[in-house]
Amino acid sequence: MAEHLRRGIEELKKKVITMSAVVEENVAKATRSIIERNSELANEVIRGDLNIDQMEVDVEEECLKLLALHQPVAIDLRFIIAVLKINSDLERVGDLAVNIAERSLFLATQPRICMPFDYETMSNLVQQMLGDSIDSLVNLDPRLAHKVRAQDDKVDAMNREMYETVKSEVIGGPEYINCLLHALSVGRHLERIADHATNIAEDVVYLVDAEIVRHTPEYFMD
Amino acid sequence: MPLSHIPIIPIENPQVEIEDLNLYYGESRALKDIRFGIPKANVTALIGPSGCGKSTFIRCLNRMNDLIDAIRIEGGIKIDGENILDPAVDVIELRRRVGMVFQKWNPFPKSIYENVIFGLRIAGVKDKTMLDETVERSLRRAALWDEVKDRLHRSAMGLSGGQMQRLCIARAIAVHPEIILMDEPCSALDPRSTARIEDLIRELRGDYTIIIVTHNMQQAARISDYTAYMYLGELIEYGPTKKVFTKPVKQETEDYITGRFG
Repeated sequence: MAEHLRRGIEELKKKVITMSAVVEENVAKATRSIIERNSELANEVIRGDLNIDQMEVDVEEECLKLLALHQPVAIDLRFIIAVLKINSDLERVGDLAVNIAERSLFLATQPRICMPFDYETMSNLVQQMLGDSIDSLVNLDPRLAHKVRAQDDKVDAMNREMYETVKSEVIGGPEYINCLLHALSVGRHLERIADHATNIAEDVVYLVDAEIVRHTPEYFMD
Repeated sequence: MPLSHIPIIPIENPQVEIEDLNLYYGESRALKDIRFGIPKANVTALIGPSGCGKSTFIRCLNRMNDLIDAIRIEGGIKIDGENILDPAVDVIELRRRVGMVFQKWNPFPKSIYENVIFGLRIAGVKDKTMLDETVERSLRRAALWDEVKDRLHRSAMGLSGGQMQRLCIARAIAVHPEIILMDEPCSALDPRSTARIEDLIRELRGDYTIIIVTHNMQQAARISDYTAYMYLGELIEYGPTKKVFTKPVKQETEDYITGRFG
C-alpha cells in the first residue's frame, strides 16, 4: 500500500514537472512574440494552451485520487496539497501567456512604439522567477523559493512605474493611446505571472517546512 | 528550541505523569526511560509497530502487569500526583479509577443489565434504584441504550460484536472511572461498528481521559488530541495529533506514519 502511494506520487511529480516545462515555454514564446512582432509565434501560444488546460485537469484528478485512496499524511499529504495549488497557478500562468500573445497579435499590426517600461528586464526577471519557483519545487529547495518571494517586490515596483510612464505618454501623444494601453496590459500580465511564481514558491516552502509563509514579509538575503 | 521542534512536548498540568519508566520482562527491557505527561479529559493515542511496547505501557497505568511474575518496573507513574506504583496503593481502587477496554470484547456470560453493574455488585451496592439508574446512564453514555433497553435482562452474548464492545465501555463507565484505557478496541470490528466506537470516544472525551492503543493510523488521526509514537520500547515522539500527522519532528515518525518504514 505504501509502495503504491509512492509510485502514485512519483507519477504526479512527473506530470507536474512536464506541465511546468510546457507553461514556461509558452511564457517564453509569448514574451518573444512581442519583441519579434511575430504573430505566428503568438498563435502557437494560443493553440498550445488547450494542452495545458488538459494537463491541469489530469494533475487535479491524480491528486484527488491519491487523497481518496491513500489518505496520505505528513510529507506525502503536504506534497499533494502543494501540487494541487501549484497546478492552479501553472494553469493561470498559461492563460496569462495567452493574454500576452493576444496583445502581441494586436501590437504587431500597429506602428512600433517604445514600450512604456523596460520590457526586456521585466520579462526576463519574471521568467527567471517562474523558472526558479519550478526549480525550487523540483529540488525541494526552500532557499530558492524564498529568493523568488523577495524578487516579487522588484516586479511590483516596475509595474507601478509603468503606470506613471503611460500616463505621461498619453498626455504627450494621445495618438498612440491604443498601443500604450495594450502595452500596459502586457506589463500587467507579466506582473501577474510573477505573483503566481511567488505563490508556487510559497507552496514549496509549505511543502518542505510545513510553514505557511503567505501574507508575511520576506527577509531573503542573497 | 521552539516548541515545534521538540519531539516530546511538555504538557501543562498533566493528569498522568510518566517519570523515567523502565520495564523488564526477565532480562529484556521492554520499556526504556519513558517520560511524558498525559493531559486530562483528552484522547491520547499510542501508535507504533507491533512489539514496540504500546500495550505493555498502557497496562502499567492500572497495574495489569502486576499479574505477570517475570515483570519488573522502575521509575514512576503519577496519576493526579499520586505514585500508583507504590506497593501501598489499593489496586482494586486504582482499577476502578482507571478502567480498561480490550481488543476482543469480553462481556460476562450474564445479562446485559448484570454486565453493566458488575463492578457495583462487587462493591456491594444493593440499592435497586441506584443500580437501575447506573445501567441507564452508562448504556446511554455508551450509545447503546436505545438498542438494548427492551432486552436488558437477556444474555449479553446475543449482541453483535460492536454492541458487545459498547457494552464493555458501558461497564467501564459504570464505576465512574477518571481514565479509560483502550487496547485496540476496534481492531475486530467492521467499519460501521468502528465508526460508532470512534464517535463514542469523541463524545466521552471531556468527561474522561482516554488513552488508546491503535494500529490504525487513520484512526489515531481521527479521534485523538495527542499522539505518541513508540518504537522498540522507546517514546520517539509525542505531540498534538494535528502536528504529528502534518509535520512530525523526527524522521522515524515520518517514515512510520507514511508507511516508508518496515
